[in-house]
Amino acid sequence: MKRRQFIQQSTAATALLGLGGLGLQSFGPETKKITILHTNDVHSHIDPFGPDHERNANKGGVARRATLVESIRKENPNTLLLDAGDIFQGTPYFNYYGGELEFKLMSMLDYDLATIGNHDFDNGIDGLYAQLPHAKFEFVSANYDFSNTVMDTHVKPYKILVKDGIKIGVFGLGVQLEGLVDKNMYKETVYQNPIEVAQDMSRILREEQKCDLVICLSHIGYYYRNRPERVSDLNLARATKDIDLIIGGHTHTFLPKPTIEKNSAGKNVLINQVGAYGLYLGKIDFYFEPGEPVKSDGASIIV
Amino acid sequence: MIIKHLFKLFILLFIFSCHNETHISKIEGKRIEINADIASDTAIENFIKPYRENVNKNLDSIISYAPETYSKTDGELNTAIGNLMADAVFEESNPVFKQRTGKNIDLVLLNHGGIRSIISKGNVTTRTAFEVMPFENSVVVVAMKGEQVLDMMQYLAQAKRAHPVSNHLQLELGKDFEISSATLNGKPIDKDAIYHVATNDYLYNGGDRMTFFHPNDSLYVLDYKIRNVLIDYFKKKDTINPKRDNRFIKLED
Repeated sequence: MKRRQFIQQSTAATALLGLGGLGLQSFGPETKKITILHTNDVHSHIDPFGPDHERNANKGGVARRATLVESIRKENPNTLLLDAGDIFQGTPYFNYYGGELEFKLMSMLDYDLATIGNHDFDNGIDGLYAQLPHAKFEFVSANYDFSNTVMDTHVKPYKILVKDGIKIGVFGLGVQLEGLVDKNMYKETVYQNPIEVAQDMSRILREEQKCDLVICLSHIGYYYRNRPERVSDLNLARATKDIDLIIGGHTHTFLPKPTIEKNSAGKNVLINQVGAYGLYLGKIDFYFEPGEPVKSDGASIIV
Repeated sequence: MIIKHLFKLFILLFIFSCHNETHISKIEGKRIEINADIASDTAIENFIKPYRENVNKNLDSIISYAPETYSKTDGELNTAIGNLMADAVFEESNPVFKQRTGKNIDLVLLNHGGIRSIISKGNVTTRTAFEVMPFENSVVVVAMKGEQVLDMMQYLAQAKRAHPVSNHLQLELGKDFEISSATLNGKPIDKDAIYHVATNDYLYNGGDRMTFFHPNDSLYVLDYKIRNVLIDYFKKKDTINPKRDNRFIKLED
């Protein structure tokens, strides 16, 4: 459709709907704001750390996170809440309930999506499958092929969410399981190269699905200093294009602020990871303006 | 009226089917610390409460009694707590192994670093087992050649650490930590015989540089967590009574 025609149509539609008493804000000239909240490697840390803990005294806690998320949602209803994997393992809650409580609480907090970490296989792929009824949110993983496992059809490569008319594509990536997780646990789950998969996913989401925002929910790890060539979020950012944000996990990296990296097309990608155990909540706000960008150097980034 | 609604719906569909041209103009990113300044959500807190109480009740349930405090630093090459763990692995997993294979475990080897906490004098609870063994490692039994069991003896002699072994072994080192005698169930180790050694999956996979488990004849995965071994063991003992003994010692001249 030609642009001018499009504008005319949409103006007409706005006017009409306005008469019908149904203001359609999404076509107004104003800025739209999408907030992305995220956690990773919470590892069954439901209660805050005790007052005597050496490093994390009185920090964390799901009930506090709930309060925080709710207040942010009140401020901006166009908010997504995502988790980058390793939901399981780390406190007796997991040993006693096998992840039931973790999933139930994440559902109560209204998580939108999560990806799958290596520790989420700790009770075997059957143990993960058994907890799915407790999760009201969905799982995305584009590089784990679950076709020959019980998880088949329960994990999507990506998911598109629309908030305030903004199309947000989120795909998941998981870490190599061989050598990290017992084969008896992950069974016939097939790991595929995250970078190749991400190149594919970002093309599908940006070009075919016309997403306004492309997010990678990754559990491949931020960076491996002793093995810099190993696939990681930093390498992923550099080797791909059309990803706006990588939300990471696995390496328990406590980034004081998001990292800005250049992608293969020279554009900025944000990478964020909030360490582990629910000690922090990551918050990224994206502001959208209608039309083509005025400047060629992309969005201004404040971190 | 219906037509009017259909018209609205049509227009809405029409709008959303067009690609809405927008661009990102600004991004702001930060992290927010979750600390005591943020009030707990009451609904969430109330939901967790019964789970927490049940876990704590369970963890604090008394399953045995410890007449002393036992620590992994209590001895040079063998300790009461290490002996307890290795012997518990034998006592609890041998029936499982025997039922499945008709064979017996000849020896248990764990690692000193895998004892994660002391056992304090007083009541032993399920929590004690979680503290001593917070990891999820499970018992595996490896069918290996005597030659490799001898490699294991060399490893133990060179490591000079109180890696827990079961009471089937008698390993004596000379004053320079050289092996002066190594017997299993009172017999010398036959390098051509096959022995069934129980350990945990972490060590089997090369943890603590224990490379002697490979290659091997067969591996039996018992699907029995070391922590559950301890819990089951404690539950059978009214009072635990582990002792440092002579299973792995250095002879003083």
